[in-house]
Amino acid sequence: MNQQTRSIRMWTPHTLALFLLMAVGLGFMAYRMTYGLGAATGLNDVYPWGFWLGFDVLGGVAMAAGGFVIACAIYIFNWKKYKPIARPAILTAFLGYLMAVIALFLDIGHPFRLWHPAVMWQVHSVMWVVAIHVILYTTTLGIESSPMLLEKMSWQRTLALVKKIMVGAVVFGVMLSTLHQSSLGAVFLISGARMSRLWYSQFLPYMFLISAVAMGLAMVSMEAMFSARAFNHKVDREVFIGLAVGVRNTLMVYLLLKIFFLVKNSSVAAAFDGSVAGNMYLAEMLIGVIIPLALLLNGRCRRSLNRILLVDVLVIGGVLINRLNVSLFSMDAWSVARGGGYFPTGSELMVTLGVIALGTFLFKLAARYLPLFEEG
Amino acid sequence: MAATRRDFIKLSAGVGLLAVAGEPALAAGAELSSGAVGLLYDATLCIGCKSCMVNCKRVSSEPGGPLYSPGGTIPYEFRGNDRIHDSPDDLSAKTVNIIKVYKDGSGMRKDKVRDGFSFVKRQCMHCIDPACVSVCPVAALTKDPVTGVVGYDGNRCIGCRYCMLACPFGIPKFTWDTNDPKIVKCELCRHRYKDGDYPACCEFCPTGASLFGPVTELAREAERRLALNPGSEYAFPMGRIGSNRYSKRKVVGYFRKVYGLKEAGGTQCLLLAGVSFDRLGFNPGIEDVAYPEFTWNYIKKVPYLIGLLLVAGAVGHQLTKDRE
Repeated sequence: MNQQTRSIRMWTPHTLALFLLMAVGLGFMAYRMTYGLGAATGLNDVYPWGFWLGFDVLGGVAMAAGGFVIACAIYIFNWKKYKPIARPAILTAFLGYLMAVIALFLDIGHPFRLWHPAVMWQVHSVMWVVAIHVILYTTTLGIESSPMLLEKMSWQRTLALVKKIMVGAVVFGVMLSTLHQSSLGAVFLISGARMSRLWYSQFLPYMFLISAVAMGLAMVSMEAMFSARAFNHKVDREVFIGLAVGVRNTLMVYLLLKIFFLVKNSSVAAAFDGSVAGNMYLAEMLIGVIIPLALLLNGRCRRSLNRILLVDVLVIGGVLINRLNVSLFSMDAWSVARGGGYFPTGSELMVTLGVIALGTFLFKLAARYLPLFEEG
Repeated sequence: MAATRRDFIKLSAGVGLLAVAGEPALAAGAELSSGAVGLLYDATLCIGCKSCMVNCKRVSSEPGGPLYSPGGTIPYEFRGNDRIHDSPDDLSAKTVNIIKVYKDGSGMRKDKVRDGFSFVKRQCMHCIDPACVSVCPVAALTKDPVTGVVGYDGNRCIGCRYCMLACPFGIPKFTWDTNDPKIVKCELCRHRYKDGDYPACCEFCPTGASLFGPVTELAREAERRLALNPGSEYAFPMGRIGSNRYSKRKVVGYFRKVYGLKEAGGTQCLLLAGVSFDRLGFNPGIEDVAYPEFTWNYIKKVPYLIGLLLVAGAVGHQLTKDRE
């Protein structure tokens, strides 16, 4: 552990605020575990899936995409310049999955049967495919993050072994992630009868994958900028510019596909018809795609770290809106016609905040006590 | 446009064969099972007495039924202070069968669109290739290999509610108000077959509007009714096919469609009505495709994608080894 990380102070007001959020979240979790989903959430028969699924699970997993994209760049394509951000990126991915798993645990009706899919196979279900991916990929992320812990513990022989299988683990992890991101989109392929054509298409799995790559890159970039400020971890600006170019290229492909499917499956008019779905579509496109792309196409913006941070925040926000749109707002017209409505309850929001606080705290803990910012 | 049941079966058999040739067995596009049973609901015979609802709720609350709870109470849905009438608004975890009504203008003419009304029965359609069964990650929902009834096993269910999202008809419901929840839907009174009984909605229907029987025979009966001349007299079978109980009535003009022959790839519950099914609340967005195919088209690619991605990763690593 070097001077730089030892200077991180653990017991600050910031940490106490995180603890407060975690405690409140835990309280609401206990409420959900005691009284069930109907009491704790705004869910109902017309809206069987809500904020925990749309935000925590779909959003948390998309957020984690930075881990596999960066691991792929470094260990598979040997782009060594990104090595300084490898460990934070993979840890962020692990925490994103943790958020998704906690949310899934609470969101299913029988939390203590979470293990059932591992034993009761049903290969026709995308949900089963997703469950198996989560199990395998969380394990892989554990292996990918283990060098930090092994170095700290000075377990040299295990460390040597992990380093030997690292490339294999990354290849395996990238395969799992690619499929997992797209499988989360594939979950909705069967719900076409109730979804707006602004989002529904047979290409939905790949739209999830592409937007997750953009969000993952933005997430890694944002998280490195915050680390630079909070933990005094300096990263070469070329790394941020490289990530911004990655976001730009991904968004260009994504925008073209979005426009293609808008025209093919729906219509431009449908996006501007003033309906809830139309407005949410515009919000998602403006915040997550069009404004960030406009900023990134300007060469001067692309070299300003503050502008890049703004782009990162916009892209992350936009993709989170997209996940809520696909899982909730795309079904608005269908649900309203059936007398349904949904708004997340305090429990749902506070549990989500508590889980985000937990992730932030764990990241801080790792920054303080583990060689998180070393190149490994 | 009148596709017969046989055409449908040929089609689905074709899809099944393709699936066997190209993909792993059990692929989407299943065929009607040998002993497939179902319902034929004829809205023109329905008088809206709701006898089916009352008896469904009573019988479904018996052990083995979808509404059974160890306490043994019947889950009535009272409105306000009225503790007399079970009056559900819609299907729910307490109601697996409901009679609804379409109404227009003065609402005086039975089974007519203008100034008319029509009843409609809503319940699980028991799809030939059900979306809910295909999406269930733990096979808590299964299709009986003989009767084709879509049944539920609460001990496997993890409560993910994907079936609710996947069902094009919006049928599965969830017991939200408990910490030990389950999915609830019509299981076509499968708990009554061993005693020789059949679905309560058909047994207690006083007009033959709900008719139980083998799906192929129900489809034939439905096609026969469509061919009748309005105003002529016809002996409508009551209860179940082969019961030899008939109700002689004048035939009303039908909307020219047997609902369920093609919708969602075909269902074991069929409907006839005097007005269009869009007006009766069926989602016109439901396609004539077995819904599991939408996902299977993706899942069947997964094994190839795994191989492709692993090879691409290894090759990528080798090619860029010398990069600085």
